[in-house]
Amino acid sequence: MSSYEARFKVWRGDARGGGLEDFTVEVNDGEVVLDIVHRLQATQAPDLAVRWNCKAGKCGSCSAEINGRPRLLCMTRMSVFDRAETITITPLRAFPVIRDLVTDVGFNYEKAREIPAFVPPAGAGPGEYRMFQQDVDRSQEFRKCIECFLCQDTCHVVRDHEENKRAFAGPRFLMRVAELDMHPLDAAAGAGLDRSRAAQDEHGLGYCNITKCCTEVCPEGIRITDNALIPLKERAVDRKYDPLVWLGSKIRRRPGA
Amino acid sequence: MAAVERQQWDVVVVGAGGAGLRAAIEARERGARTAVICKSLFGKAHTVMAEGGIAAAMANANENDSWQVHFRDTLRGGKFLNQWRMAELHAREAPDRVWELETWGALFDRTKDGRISQRNFGGHEYPRLAHVGDRTGLELIRTLQQKVVALQQEDHRATGDYESGLKVFQECTVTRVLKDGERVSGVFGYERETGRFLVLEAPAVVLATGGIGKSFKVTSNSWEYTGDGHALALLAGAPLVNMEFVQFHPTGMVWPPSVKGILVTESVRGDGGVLRNSEGKRFMFDYVPDVFKDKYAESEDEADRWYEDPDRNRRPPELLPRDEVARAINAEVKAGRGSPHGGVFLDVSTRMPAEVIRRRLPSMYHQFKELADVDITAEPMEVGPTCHYVMGGVAVDSDTAAARGVPGLYAAGEVAGGMHGSNRLGGNSLSDLLVFGRRAGWHAAEYAHGLADRRPPVDEAQVDTAAAEALRPFSAEGAGASAAGAGASTAGTGASAAGAGGEAGPPENPYTLHQELQQTMNDLVGIIRREGEMEQALRRLAELRVRARRAGVEGHRQFNPGWHLALDLRNMLLVSECVARAALERTESRGGHTREDHPAMDRAWRNVNLLCALADPAGGLAAADPTRAQIRLTRERTEPIRPDLLALFEKEELVKYLAEEELYE
Amino acid sequence: MATGTESPQQRGGVRTGTRAAITAPHLRTDRWWLAPACTAAGLLAFVVYSTWRAFADAHYYAAPYVSPFYSPCLAENCRAMRAGPNADLFGGWWGISPAIIILIFPLGFRLTCYYYRKAYYRAFWASPPACAVAEPHRSYTGESRFPLILQNVHRYFFYAALLVAGVLTYDTVLAFRDEHYRWGHMGLGTLVFLANIVLIWAYTLSCHSCRHIVGGKLKHFSKHPARYRAWQFVGRLNARHMQLAWASLLSVALADFYVYLVASGVFDDPRFF
Repeated sequence: MSSYEARFKVWRGDARGGGLEDFTVEVNDGEVVLDIVHRLQATQAPDLAVRWNCKAGKCGSCSAEINGRPRLLCMTRMSVFDRAETITITPLRAFPVIRDLVTDVGFNYEKAREIPAFVPPAGAGPGEYRMFQQDVDRSQEFRKCIECFLCQDTCHVVRDHEENKRAFAGPRFLMRVAELDMHPLDAAAGAGLDRSRAAQDEHGLGYCNITKCCTEVCPEGIRITDNALIPLKERAVDRKYDPLVWLGSKIRRRPGA
Repeated sequence: MAAVERQQWDVVVVGAGGAGLRAAIEARERGARTAVICKSLFGKAHTVMAEGGIAAAMANANENDSWQVHFRDTLRGGKFLNQWRMAELHAREAPDRVWELETWGALFDRTKDGRISQRNFGGHEYPRLAHVGDRTGLELIRTLQQKVVALQQEDHRATGDYESGLKVFQECTVTRVLKDGERVSGVFGYERETGRFLVLEAPAVVLATGGIGKSFKVTSNSWEYTGDGHALALLAGAPLVNMEFVQFHPTGMVWPPSVKGILVTESVRGDGGVLRNSEGKRFMFDYVPDVFKDKYAESEDEADRWYEDPDRNRRPPELLPRDEVARAINAEVKAGRGSPHGGVFLDVSTRMPAEVIRRRLPSMYHQFKELADVDITAEPMEVGPTCHYVMGGVAVDSDTAAARGVPGLYAAGEVAGGMHGSNRLGGNSLSDLLVFGRRAGWHAAEYAHGLADRRPPVDEAQVDTAAAEALRPFSAEGAGASAAGAGASTAGTGASAAGAGGEAGPPENPYTLHQELQQTMNDLVGIIRREGEMEQALRRLAELRVRARRAGVEGHRQFNPGWHLALDLRNMLLVSECVARAALERTESRGGHTREDHPAMDRAWRNVNLLCALADPAGGLAAADPTRAQIRLTRERTEPIRPDLLALFEKEELVKYLAEEELYE
Repeated sequence: MATGTESPQQRGGVRTGTRAAITAPHLRTDRWWLAPACTAAGLLAFVVYSTWRAFADAHYYAAPYVSPFYSPCLAENCRAMRAGPNADLFGGWWGISPAIIILIFPLGFRLTCYYYRKAYYRAFWASPPACAVAEPHRSYTGESRFPLILQNVHRYFFYAALLVAGVLTYDTVLAFRDEHYRWGHMGLGTLVFLANIVLIWAYTLSCHSCRHIVGGKLKHFSKHPARYRAWQFVGRLNARHMQLAWASLLSVALADFYVYLVASGVFDDPRFF
């Protein structure tokens, strides 16, 4: 067991302003950044605001930026830093700050409401659903999402352009569209809802320029860009930009394909 | 008094985990305008931590399964102390609750023929747990969250307002249930973000706040688990039942220290993981208790065959109910056969190919890799018991989930007691949330409708008292003076600050108090209990209670974690006293309650419930006087188990559990 | 994509009033600029080299090898290559290098490729330069409108790239001749061509559009087992799309350079048999 004193800069303040404050804190073997924040609370700054919950990388509450990179505080081990390094912790910089490390992530909950829900299939009651593993694999990957909103935070479409927040759902919720579009029993199409088209027309898929930062920051390792966003773009191309597909669908209808 | 935001709702649900959301969905679908209040962000509740699965006798994996078998397993696991009607409803309704999730978009792992796959788990006779890898809780919470959103979208189409029929107040804490006479009239709370006070007037309140683990040092529970619902019920005059039963999950991480207690899912053992001591021995074979002797394998060969051929072999003893495994690990460590960091070894690396481990246990692989730098496909994990779940809780009516004695108050999920008896089986928690969450929402909505416009009014004095109580930590420096000020407005069931004189002393750091509380509960009312230690614990709790009156905080009310903790301390202290008193009273070992001085299960205790109630409900909290108990304990005989349910068991088995007179009744 | 290059705080971004007051456009301490700088250097080098070679209109054939930049050769001014990829579709009016005609297709394929898009958006447009590093543009509409909405034509370039890869495969077969067009021989060039064509195919098939077309568009894999397997195969390649993009870019330049060296007489193709 070895411990040492580490230097930290933690952003403190609220919507009216604030700045980086210096701290020197004890660090022990095997600790993560969230442990250090908790030690700060217990010893030096009892009112330091931080959001956290499970402390095991499962709930996605403790999102912040460490040395400028969006991370989960509970999943960033202190051992990845040099002992001499000063570690900077700031709140997420794509969302309005509330206090210290806590931001207003309401944007994400608004976007979640704009994605039409799962449409249950007619004619299959509870207990009658039959789905095969290979058909649910894709959507299951997306359902690993813990909604830490790191992808939403890092995405330059909204991070660097506040005005795009209105039109762009962000990677997390475009992935939600993909999840539902790939759900083997989602009956949205039958109800007149074309999810791929809506992704482009309603949820701002076109804003995505697939620069993959969402995939890079995802703590669950979901391949958001390759498996959700690009397939969704290709599906939108099917609907909107591909005369061959259009022609093919006119010539022979493939039910259930 | 401080500015207070007020709103009117039909049903208020406190807590947005599995039970809370299921209750809210049910209440809203039955036409009640429903508000959900949660301490965290929407969708972050502790339910996400559940890994293994949802127990439901759907008989997809083994056609012999049925609700009767599930009921039987549940009662065995709970050592026959379960509120049997709850266990029956639970076993009967769980499959419907799981199938319903699919219609809301849940995607469980599948069988070859396209149905929901079910896995083995400790204490379950057949593979019964619907699961999604090892992140079933996440799937559950996300599905319910998305169903809530779906209902809000419906409301939006109908009224133009997403929140007209169902609203989530996230990051708000409830500190008091308000009452009009006997009946519930609403809740008082504060927004964590702004510190503003909030009164939601409602005739029906559903408590779904989860557990109490944060009173213990080593726990798998998140910060939210401060026993809020338990304390709210007590303060509202509703009793808690069997609080001595606290489940220590046998396998929590033990190293590094910062993650000590974090859960290692039981699926590791269900899928083939074995426990070994420092000598490399699979020690669980030595710890099969008599009541389970004929159900578990006696040799490693037989145990290993079971994974492939469960019909002709008995299950490995690693899959005994959690309390048995936790005690066994504890005993091995005590005997000096533990691992370097004070646990035992849980090994899958020699049991399955690396690729299978990564596929079947992805979160565990990830968790150990990220947090402990251990590759579970190459080396064993170190694990030890961790405080995981409280079986005790608000005493409720089995069918309606209504709290006893307080019309309009309901409780579901971990905060409710009775369902799991003295020990909960893995997988029965998620199904409990769904079955009784729904029932609580249903009956709360019905009760609210039944009142029509004869709703209980909110008593202004109670609101003022609650506000004063909440503001106390900011004026802790002049503790005596401000307490007197608050006391002046006390009326009825308020937090009495009366008699607060003699509170002189420096302000206390809430973090320090919390740490001392956790240490006390961990050391003195932990997994193995002794009379003298529990008496000591009660003395320490009393001292802490007095010091907690002086818990002071810096800064202001906006998102101030020190303040939040200072307020949560009241709840943890109340609940801890319940646990300690009940544990001291029950002079036997059963399920999640192990007495070193009374090591055997005693059939005479089989039909005895211990009820905790506030000692002096009219006078509020007797905080100032360390010699006065806050909690009064009463014994109660349980209702006899219905004969047709008893008939599900062999007579030979029943004699091990039931008292003589019960057998012949 | 981005228009204007004023400082980021002008219309929001990380310095928007409601966000945490931090003036630095980013707080990254690692060498975040290294990856985009390498990407830019690599792509620029290829652009310079390929522009020179494409306009050079010389040293692109050294029997039996034809430079992949000039194959298929579709104008009258192409060098005659015995049994080679000559197809005079354009006739005599085409005056400049015939490479220009055909290079449109692989170039378009790579320009609209999902990986290269990421690479040059980051490296050349700084949109964003790196994750969580503020981009220097005042406004951003991404691929939601003209001209970048045209990126959606990627799958047509994919179809074309299949044809080009087919021709290059044919060229590789021709490389099993000697300089006198006798079959059954191999030289160092044959190996270079083999390596190149394998990488070209791997890159082409690992394309995201390809992955979508072979199976990704399906809702129920269970009803299309063959396409499911194809999708899985392409998916495994697709996971390496970036590596294949660079490897095939390098290999195609090397194959061309090899032909240049032999054709310009710098050295003779070492023959194995």
